[in-house]
Amino acid sequence: MTSALAFDQVSCVFKGNDGSASYTAVAHTSLTVEEGEFVAVVGPTGCGKSTLLNVAAGLLQPSSGTIHVFGQPLVGINQRAGYMFQTEALLPWRSAVQNVMLGLQYRNIAEKEARALALDWLERVGLKGFEDRYSHQLSGGMRKRVALAQTLVLDPDIILMDEPFSALDIQTRQLMENEVLELWTDKRKAVMFITHDLDEAISMSDRVIVLSAGPATHPIGNFKVDLPRPRDVAEIRTNPQFIQIHQQIWAVLRDEVLKGYSQQLQVKALA
Amino acid sequence: MSSMVYSWRLRAWQLLLLVLVLGGWYISSWNNQIAFFLGNPIVIAGRIWSWFMPIEISANFLFEDGLEGRADIYQHLGITLLETVLAFVIGTVAGMASGLWLGLSPQVSAILDPYIKAANSMPRVILAPIFALWFGLGIWSKVALAFTLVFFIVFFNVYQGVREVSPVLIANARMLGANAKQLLRTVYLPSATSWVFSSLHSSVGLAFVGAVVGEYLGSARGMGYLILQAEGTFDVNTVFAGIVVLTVFALLLDGLVSAIEKRLMKWQPRTSETEKL
Repeated sequence: MTSALAFDQVSCVFKGNDGSASYTAVAHTSLTVEEGEFVAVVGPTGCGKSTLLNVAAGLLQPSSGTIHVFGQPLVGINQRAGYMFQTEALLPWRSAVQNVMLGLQYRNIAEKEARALALDWLERVGLKGFEDRYSHQLSGGMRKRVALAQTLVLDPDIILMDEPFSALDIQTRQLMENEVLELWTDKRKAVMFITHDLDEAISMSDRVIVLSAGPATHPIGNFKVDLPRPRDVAEIRTNPQFIQIHQQIWAVLRDEVLKGYSQQLQVKALA
Repeated sequence: MSSMVYSWRLRAWQLLLLVLVLGGWYISSWNNQIAFFLGNPIVIAGRIWSWFMPIEISANFLFEDGLEGRADIYQHLGITLLETVLAFVIGTVAGMASGLWLGLSPQVSAILDPYIKAANSMPRVILAPIFALWFGLGIWSKVALAFTLVFFIVFFNVYQGVREVSPVLIANARMLGANAKQLLRTVYLPSATSWVFSSLHSSVGLAFVGAVVGEYLGSARGMGYLILQAEGTFDVNTVFAGIVVLTVFALLLDGLVSAIEKRLMKWQPRTSETEKL
């Protein structure tokens, strides 16, 4: 079986500004996301998690190494992937339903059909009645729901998520996590989910990949999560198996978090 | 409720201020020497009446000689407004197009950068005689002058607006499958539009300035011409009357821009916006 996403020895080196030394964000990273698999990628802050995701999306060309999408080498934008960004990505001059229709319009789908599909998805993410609101009239959680509908309405084979819920309060966040799991269970798409929250990673995914602290981030751990589905992200945290997995991963992650933190302090002291 | 009362009182104070200024002006104009330099608000009002109204008024206690009903300002005002609107529309469209173009092609903007800076810092009113030479004494030399004033304001706003479009919005649109043309239409253009509107208020005023200054420097019609004629005969009242008329019409144009802005930019958050239940 070919993997949905396969990174092979991917490195990303960023040119320094004004002649300063170049920065190796990601070094020799090989990892895969299988078809229908929910993979969470965790790592300390600033370790290059988003860089990896941008490479998978085709928004960023790696300095070396290759990406394969369902067996095909990736050239340009990854057409089979949907991307949920960490920060606000809705167009403020479009209403909720118009934002969800955006990708369909890019694909030249008839206006009427696109609107019906968009309304259907807005209802699925619980935003019936909010179709004509502009994004400043929606709460943070609602905006995330619109963004989710915007991505899922195109029915992508791979879903890339970059800490999509990190800006939400804890209750909204757990609600959204459960809803995403529910939607995912229906379709079983490949998901690459970036987070710095280990609880979130374990409770949602089939597999957790741990990244080292930057620079030159690379995977240092790969943990299978064999928890039963369907899951409730709040309840599963008390499952003894969850706690065991959490301890195993944290043992690896802790050192990296401390390393990443001390590096940030050094950078600040220098600056 | 309290805000209604507040705005009522605000209006009352504003009106009082106007009455005080006009009253002070009128009283000081009893002195002939001051009246020669500052004019007389009553005479100015009479001048404006004669410009706009075809109705004659016979002698009374305010106007000793009565008022003529000439209604002869329309051709001058029409010309000036035509020049203003033409310069405003052409300047805005051209500014927007060039702003988008340069904002989206960093190489071209890098090459043109010093020339754009030079053109912008040049005192462009000086171009008026050259435009008169090129385009004659008709309306087009005035349109050209006003155009140069409008163009750069809109251009710089759009240029900056395009370069400051959030990279996440662009990345998101590309991930959703936008090609270059769709990206321009759905992300760059609407984003630039919000920047254009913030510049239109200043540029509509400057379009007026360009048209009037152009007329002032050489023309046979228009408000600038009227004012120049009056100055030639030391008729300060007519000059002030012209200023009042121009001010009112500049405010009207500005209000028009505001109305269009309100329609097109209804997605923008307004402070303390609540829904009526």
